[in-house]
Amino acid sequence: MHDITVVDLSRLQFAATALYHFLFVPLTLGMSFMLAAMETVYVVTGKSIYKQMAQFWGKLFMINFALGVATGLTMEFQFGTNWSFYSSFVGDIFGAPLAIEGLMAFFMESTFVGLMVFGWERLSKGQHLAVTWLVALGSNLSALWILVANSFMQDPQGAAFNPTTMRMELHSFQQLIFNPDAQSKFVHTSIAGYVTAAIFVAGISAWYMLKKRHVDLAKRSFRMAALFGVLATIGVITLGDALGFVAAHAQPTKLAAMEALWKTEPGPMPFNLIAFPDQSLQQNKGAVRVPYLLSLLVTHSLDGSMAGFDTLQKKAAQRVENGIPAVQALETLSKDPHDAAALAQFKTHEKDLGYGFLVQRYAPELDKVTPQQVQEAAKDSIPPVAAVFWSFRAMVGFGLLMLAFFVMAVLYTLRNKVQDKRWFLIAAAWMIPIPFLANEAGWLVAELGRQPWTVFGVLPTWMSASTHSVGYMAFSLIGFVLLYTVFIAIEMYLMVRSIRQGPQEPGGGGRSEPGPRPQPRPANAAAVSGRYQEG
Amino acid sequence: MALYAILQVIWWLLLGVLLTGLAVMVGMDMGVGAILRYVGRNDLERRVALNIIGPHWDGNQVWFILGGGAVFAAFPLIYATAFSGFYVVMLLLLWSMIVRPLGFEYRSKLAGEGWRNVWDWSLFVSGAIPMIVFGAAIGNLFHGVPFHFEWNITSVYTGSFLALLNPFAVMCGLLSLALSVMMGALTVMNGAEGEMRERASTLVRIGAIAAIVLFAVGGFWVHGMAGYHMDANPGAGVPQTPLEQSVTVASGAWFTNFGAYPALWLVPALGFVGMLGALFAAQSGRSHLGWWLGALAWLGVIGTAGAALFPFLLPSSSNPDMSLTLWNASSSRLTLAWMLGFALVFVPLVVWYTSWAFWVMRGKVDPRRIEHDEHAY
Repeated sequence: MHDITVVDLSRLQFAATALYHFLFVPLTLGMSFMLAAMETVYVVTGKSIYKQMAQFWGKLFMINFALGVATGLTMEFQFGTNWSFYSSFVGDIFGAPLAIEGLMAFFMESTFVGLMVFGWERLSKGQHLAVTWLVALGSNLSALWILVANSFMQDPQGAAFNPTTMRMELHSFQQLIFNPDAQSKFVHTSIAGYVTAAIFVAGISAWYMLKKRHVDLAKRSFRMAALFGVLATIGVITLGDALGFVAAHAQPTKLAAMEALWKTEPGPMPFNLIAFPDQSLQQNKGAVRVPYLLSLLVTHSLDGSMAGFDTLQKKAAQRVENGIPAVQALETLSKDPHDAAALAQFKTHEKDLGYGFLVQRYAPELDKVTPQQVQEAAKDSIPPVAAVFWSFRAMVGFGLLMLAFFVMAVLYTLRNKVQDKRWFLIAAAWMIPIPFLANEAGWLVAELGRQPWTVFGVLPTWMSASTHSVGYMAFSLIGFVLLYTVFIAIEMYLMVRSIRQGPQEPGGGGRSEPGPRPQPRPANAAAVSGRYQEG
Repeated sequence: MALYAILQVIWWLLLGVLLTGLAVMVGMDMGVGAILRYVGRNDLERRVALNIIGPHWDGNQVWFILGGGAVFAAFPLIYATAFSGFYVVMLLLLWSMIVRPLGFEYRSKLAGEGWRNVWDWSLFVSGAIPMIVFGAAIGNLFHGVPFHFEWNITSVYTGSFLALLNPFAVMCGLLSLALSVMMGALTVMNGAEGEMRERASTLVRIGAIAAIVLFAVGGFWVHGMAGYHMDANPGAGVPQTPLEQSVTVASGAWFTNFGAYPALWLVPALGFVGMLGALFAAQSGRSHLGWWLGALAWLGVIGTAGAALFPFLLPSSSNPDMSLTLWNASSSRLTLAWMLGFALVFVPLVVWYTSWAFWVMRGKVDPRRIEHDEHAY
């Protein structure tokens, strides 16, 4: 039996380490593409300023990349260390995309990133460009496979429970990878990374323009970022809308939480622009509503309707009732794998197995389950509404803000006026945290909205955790907090320092800094960067 | 079900290949970390050592990540049971490992002596600790670890953290450390010149001799140890849970496979030949040859453990009947088949472009150039 405190601490640790990891990953995804784009311009036009850009932004890329790699190790192992039942229950399916990610994508990214940094002197222009593109391809393929794995948790397709082995097993690899949730989420998430990188580059370039340093490099970088950013932001919003559409079918509870919709209403449905959801009363304490908008957003029609929590909870209660015999049949089968009656009973109730697990939290012995316990389990099927509702609004709000920013940025930069708009440059620098906050909010919508399940409708979160003691969990949580706090302090310090130092101008134009700094480059910058002699 | 049994055996072999890849590629980088402060007497020499592996450590580390991912995908019950059971040890491994990318990337970004010393010691810890834990984890497989399963295959670990640090496991950890020091030192020999090369050569000797002694002692130790013997199970290639077999514990049982198939003695022999070969090659200055022989030594050592344990992967000391084997811990036939397809395409591809990356960056690291390159570690 699981200790719920341990489950909650395991969730807290996973959320904290995943959110932390996800601070670095989107920037890697987007920056790798921007570096490749800059270097392509360099190779095509032969203008050395673009090489200087690729090298300068590449330096910041690596500071960020190191921490992304380091914290990614935690994610790879945390399923086994802290979610052991989850890992054995769905590892047959979930492990495959993770292993393929390593094999197909992360190897490519990591092997070529070494050549990208160290290989400027050793490779021809074309070879180095290919290497940089392979880094970008690797990091984006990596996101694809991780999101295929994640989509199985959101909408478990291509798998079925096998009572002989007591676990979920793969039935169709094609269904696993062509899961609609995976398709739209991959595009949504990777493009969100491009937006993050575009804001990062635009913000830092704006700061240089404000300080009148490295103005040529900053203007060119800003223009690329603005064009890249406006396209990417439009893409993120379009795919976000597609994701909502997918969620409407696969995860009605997540969608209802995003909209704080407690009661099913006939179409046309109004949209809760602002609401104050109360989970225990199951209603909103005040809301600002826009007529027609919810129908339009969710069903892409004016009079469509969607289920509220009243309907969803009733359905959940039925499924709990129906899931109980499925779990009981499994208990019989674990003693005698060949019991034909138990197998038949399991087959009849198989699709509601997860809901049977859901009520086991309250009634470990299922032959004594009471109607109140069924209702408690059904109520559990509602995710934390206020948190999902507000995370969703934060994400969308930040997205629209960034869209407005990029539209203005493009207008100013194409008219070559951006360097004169002081207020806009200041605003651009202050925009840097926004995409990071939007990314974190997006993660919260996706993963809090999935609760109370680790695998939606199949495996409840409370069952998924390892059977650790509270002491172990406190130990690991404190360890992660301490280490990660030190790491981010160092990372931010080095990042800010490298930005202040600025790119290595061919004439040694970087601002002089107290303390040691790399030697200024001679006019022929290319001659210096090799560190090896032929051996 | 014959196909399923074949897939299980192939994945058991592939697991050995991936673990060897991990040990060789990550082990050499960790070895360089562990010997950094000895082999490099001043900051510039240490930077030379770091820049020898600088272009490659990141790609090499993926062998570690892939190792974890492959266990997850091919043997999910092992991933779930071992990683949660070894919780505190896994955290020590993880925490020491996540310092490593930062050590490489951040160390030389600032010039302060204190700053660089802290990162040097971090690289020492993040080199030595994971290799000891890696070896100790394999060592614990021989003793078995205390765990059992509930009816729905929830794994419950009942041992303490300290029990994992028993003398035999620690010895295996030291063997693993010795081999990685040997490989790290050979790598430094490949990329450095002069006094650094001399010091690295000394370390190859120390690492190789320690590894030879520890490997031999380990063999005698296992001979007297209580091993596990499979009495009955549903059979290879039959879908099953770990609740359906009977296992006995008997002294010397880990030598059963060697008795039944004497050709298996070639595997530990390969380990000894590799270590001795690496030792002599390094002494005669042929460090590249030594590196390849060292890789063979790893193959021999890991292969020996696998040959002795087969078909066990993780024996249970508290409930031997619930021991995990390649038959009851593997993924389904479909998953193993798909994963094999991906492995057949991508493992050769990875080996090919990794080789290309090493070829591009071949040769000695020039200390004079490090000081002028802002990209250097």
